[in-house]
Amino acid sequence: MSKSSINTSFLSRNWWKITGVFLVFYSIIMGFLGEVPRLPILHETIRNLYFHVTMWFAMIFILGASLVSSIKYLSKSDYRQDIKAEQYAYVGILLGMLGIVTGSVWAHFTWGAWWVNDPKLNGAAISLLIYFAYIILRNSMDEEQKRARVAAVYNIFAFVLLLVFLVVYPRMNKVDSLHPGNGGNPAFSSYDLDKNMRLVFYPAVIGWIMIGLWIANIAIRTSILRYNQLRSQFSSNKERP
Amino acid sequence: MFNKILLNLIFICLSTTLLAGETIDMADTFRSEGKIYVVVTILSIVFAGIVMYLIRLDRKISRLEKEQSNSEKA
Repeated sequence: MSKSSINTSFLSRNWWKITGVFLVFYSIIMGFLGEVPRLPILHETIRNLYFHVTMWFAMIFILGASLVSSIKYLSKSDYRQDIKAEQYAYVGILLGMLGIVTGSVWAHFTWGAWWVNDPKLNGAAISLLIYFAYIILRNSMDEEQKRARVAAVYNIFAFVLLLVFLVVYPRMNKVDSLHPGNGGNPAFSSYDLDKNMRLVFYPAVIGWIMIGLWIANIAIRTSILRYNQLRSQFSSNKERP
Repeated sequence: MFNKILLNLIFICLSTTLLAGETIDMADTFRSEGKIYVVVTILSIVFAGIVMYLIRLDRKISRLEKEQSNSEKA
């Protein structure tokens, strides 16, 4: 194999990791140095859009990947899909917890409280609890195939509830939220039309999705390695009298 | 009268030296705008460190995968 073909295969396998790193670097640099609209209450914290809101967008995407893996498991009964669903859920929970903590710090300095009884905040907390329950449900079952099937079915319910609590509930007519961008769309509104911010926000979302997928990829490969190792140990034990 | 002229001279001298001190070019880029560039640099370093750790993990796992597939063939 020539050197150039090694390089092209390296790029074709890893382009999304490189793109993710590049986009997040771009969002870190432009997120601080770019122009933002001057709004009361928010002030410079409007820049949290690039770092806090991206966590939630990436979380929804990664948990969507977990849902897809669960559906694939139910149709094919491939253990790898079960491992994927579990590890994507872990990374999604990580991103969601980062979103909750960063939002809480922001609330402390903007609203004067670490937590307020706001539909958007409570919706986010409930959807995280639903995914904690997914992990607990998994770990409560010993039998491998049963665990995988029950967890996959629960995961479908969990994703629907996530969309209900994170997307539908804050947008309902009679629900009013303190959160920026309230009154309809939970993430944007007053700064929705700002072109400068969009030019940083969308690349940041794509970048964090790719970084999340990369972390999940490493976790999935580790779990598959461990699974194969345990299986080969088990079969070699069986062969011995 | 003489006192006033002297005071004026001193004032002019002081103000010109002060003004001159402000116009001398220094490596101010990293200190301007409330030192925000320093924060950007530090965040970039933190993120670069995490990325390097991810790359190391990725390579380590690739090596383990190769070892495992080789031992399964054997």
